[in-house]
Amino acid sequence: MSFISVFVKYRALIDQLVMRDIKTKYRRSVLGLVWTVLNPLLMMAVLSIVFSYFFSRYGSIENFPVYLLCGQLIFNFFNESTSISMGSIIHSGELIKKVYVPKYLFPITKVLSSSVNLLSSVIALVIVMVVTRARVTPTVLLAVFPLLYVFLFSVGVSLFLAAAAVSFRDLLHLYGVLTTAWMYLTPVIYPMEILEGAPKWVTLIVNINPLTAFIKIFRCVVLEGVTAPAVLHIQSLIWCGIALLIGSFVFRKAQDTFILKI
Amino acid sequence: MKIENAIEVQDVSMCFNLSREKVDSIKEYVIKALKRQLFYEEFWALNDISFEIKKGDSVGLVGMNGSGKSTMLKIIAGVLKPTKGTVETTGTIAPMIELGAGFDHDLTARENIFLNGALIGYSQEMLEERFEDIISFAGLERFVDVPIKNFSSGMLARLGFSIATIVDADILIIDEILSVGDYQFQNKCKKRIREMMDRNTTVLFVSHSIEQVKEICKKAIWIDRGHVRMMGEAEEVCDAYEDPREKE
Repeated sequence: MSFISVFVKYRALIDQLVMRDIKTKYRRSVLGLVWTVLNPLLMMAVLSIVFSYFFSRYGSIENFPVYLLCGQLIFNFFNESTSISMGSIIHSGELIKKVYVPKYLFPITKVLSSSVNLLSSVIALVIVMVVTRARVTPTVLLAVFPLLYVFLFSVGVSLFLAAAAVSFRDLLHLYGVLTTAWMYLTPVIYPMEILEGAPKWVTLIVNINPLTAFIKIFRCVVLEGVTAPAVLHIQSLIWCGIALLIGSFVFRKAQDTFILKI
Repeated sequence: MKIENAIEVQDVSMCFNLSREKVDSIKEYVIKALKRQLFYEEFWALNDISFEIKKGDSVGLVGMNGSGKSTMLKIIAGVLKPTKGTVETTGTIAPMIELGAGFDHDLTARENIFLNGALIGYSQEMLEERFEDIISFAGLERFVDVPIKNFSSGMLARLGFSIATIVDADILIIDEILSVGDYQFQNKCKKRIREMMDRNTTVLFVSHSIEQVKEICKKAIWIDRGHVRMMGEAEEVCDAYEDPREKE
């Protein structure tokens, strides 16, 4: 059966699994779903205050809150979706042992539930843009491209991590460290100019970093109101392709042995 | 695959790795790997099992603990892939290997019906339509919106059975589930299984209760330490299985 027909057949299950994730996450909290919008807003407020008041260097950035939120939105989605998906196969162990379900549904539904949070973060971004009277141009509509890129990239990385974590549980502990390093190598909270004095290899990593490309495109269309250079789109697409290829290849290879290892 | 068959099992063998030794350090791991000392031992749970089950048949699998019955069921249900051999099935399978395997304990009974139904492959419209039937068969009318973490094991089993049997599957796989629930519910389950059998559902049944196998199944397969020891009419196979002279 082809990938698409399986996807159509299990559509209802995907809906149910995503709904389950969201329901159980916010069950018994007073504000419930409001948290998905409130959380990025509050985080942005904290970071904006810290960075725009204590480090005057950053004063050079026009509309720092929006600049920051753009970066956070992309990075946090990647971080959250891949971190949750990584354990998705291990945590669905009981189910995988008893019912036949295409196993890639588990990491993919996790990425989809994170996407719901991503959409809420977009609402938070709109709120901040309105409050800070940011200039809105028609290029904003192009923001779907970087969001699509980060989604595809996350799916690929998630498939790889979910499969790898079954054999190497150490990844679950190591990944947090890795993403912290990754965050500092991505221009989320700092402007690109800060890298001028930095060693060459650091600048190189930051520039190769797929998340940098997604964030740059996103900031171009949302904050600066210009279309992003084509080279960034090409770079993004290449990264998405690599991630999806490796991810699905590794996952397919490993999926029949999951049940013996969980 | 022959047209009259519901399940065809051909030369199926299943091998598991038993981890015997604990490897504590990376150094030890590297040494072991270099010396090619396998720290796994192979265990063949099933050896060259072959059988055919015709459409509409009811077949019981009997055998001691650890003889490979559940492994066989899992392979037929598509949960496990056999190391060697092939299994072919026709139509939809309702696996009741463990009831409520897909339940989320933080969700209510209502939400779980839709989640579990989706796992089995039911459409949401059908579940909405048959919702009342599912609840009333399980006898849980008063607890529809209660998180199922507060349910007793009997209530969970009732809900699981009710969801799995709400539509006629072509093949029904039952593993030791009639041992849960009170006698009243057990009788209800047996009645429903019979009704499904009358409508030409193929039933594959595993139980340690020989009486239940004789009661429900027409045929039986006796699996002994991964081999088919005997195959035939349920009465005959069960009697042989229970015969003290057959035991070592």
